[in-house]
Amino acid sequence: MQPDKSSKKVFADARSALAGLTRDGMTVMSGGFGLCGIPENLILALRDSGARDLTVISNNAGVDGFGLGLLLETRQIRKMVSSYVGENREFERQYLAKELALEFNPQGTLAERIRAGGAGIYGFYTRTGAGTVVAEGKEQREVNGEFFVLETGLTADLSIVKAWKGDTEGNLVYRKTARNFNPMMATAGRVTVAEVEELVEPGVLDPDQIHTPGIFVQRIIRGAHYEKRIEQRTVRKRA
Amino acid sequence: MPWTREDLAKRAARELRDGYYVNLGIGIPTLVANYIPVGMDVVLQSENGMLGMGPFPYEGEEDADLINAGKQTITELATSSFFSSSDSFGMIRGGHIHLSVLGALEVAENGDLANWMVPGKMVKGMGGAMDLVAGVRRVVVVMEHNSKDGAAKFKPRCELPLTGANCVDMLITDLAVFERPDRKSRFRLLELAPGVTAEQVRAKTSAAFDG
Repeated sequence: MQPDKSSKKVFADARSALAGLTRDGMTVMSGGFGLCGIPENLILALRDSGARDLTVISNNAGVDGFGLGLLLETRQIRKMVSSYVGENREFERQYLAKELALEFNPQGTLAERIRAGGAGIYGFYTRTGAGTVVAEGKEQREVNGEFFVLETGLTADLSIVKAWKGDTEGNLVYRKTARNFNPMMATAGRVTVAEVEELVEPGVLDPDQIHTPGIFVQRIIRGAHYEKRIEQRTVRKRA
Repeated sequence: MPWTREDLAKRAARELRDGYYVNLGIGIPTLVANYIPVGMDVVLQSENGMLGMGPFPYEGEEDADLINAGKQTITELATSSFFSSSDSFGMIRGGHIHLSVLGALEVAENGDLANWMVPGKMVKGMGGAMDLVAGVRRVVVVMEHNSKDGAAKFKPRCELPLTGANCVDMLITDLAVFERPDRKSRFRLLELAPGVTAEQVRAKTSAAFDG
């Protein structure tokens, strides 16, 4: 349970990093796009925490048996806030059985709601979704003949994010398209826990190349194991 | 003879211009990347956070951290950049992407688009489609002209839930191409597939259009 001596933010493993942070009914943001850049180790630890009735904000819902699919199997999720959930049969089963609530957000609206939540912005007017079911029940404003929908900022009790490298101060660097929703979610959690593939000492990361400044990260671990599953393995033949 | 999937992609590729930043949807739109004219500089955006998408990797060189919006493994180019989802949709919503090619279930004569809720199936979500049609400067739709039971998909009003209102600029089907000069105008029949007549197209379309 004790942080590493080198930093108040560094924890020994995913389980200890979530200790005291989880409870039933809480809202959790979980980074990643599909299975790319998901906090594999912290999702397992969240499952093992036994916290139930979770509202999970995540672009996708994992796949059967991996990622957030693990929390669906154990029925720990009460509601998902996502833009696309097409890859998960257990999700479909629970949703059709009305065991699981679902709020669809357009992907860009979801990203911006999280960014706004983390930046202390109550809401914003966007053209996205105007004239569609997404706008139903929301304030709309007409500006120069165009309609804009009021979307509100999102925050969470806990954000779990995945980065490539991080230091003991919580500064994070992401790799390629594994960045996706992680930087915004890191800003929007009342507590943010990050897992990284490489945990380095201060001064190793170039301060000019930090993607998420350490102020947004309260706890950090080096992930014990990364499967980094690929959903659609597409290749070309060598000429 | 109606156009094939490859023909539709080729026709959509003719809408590309040198210097364009382009977002291609899943399905036939993805094939458009195979028909970028040689020498034309087109940058492909992937809404999960990448500009400058390269081809699929060679076997054994797949990188789980490098995928496109269809979750397929891809590669980067010397000119590529990576960014967050909020920056990505800032590009899209902010009108910085010149062209998007998307599939559709229905297109209405007023330019409304429905492409995210399939009737009788579990709703999977709109992903980035609503943001794309709301923000990209020019939206080109490719779809089959009629559904499997022969019903018109280019119609007076969409019956399925909309992805966006008044957002389609060009419609390419296996029978014909329709275009409108701006979003206040009606669609005009621009081209016909080989051997297809305007009368045949009219008989298979319930939307009103000119030409």
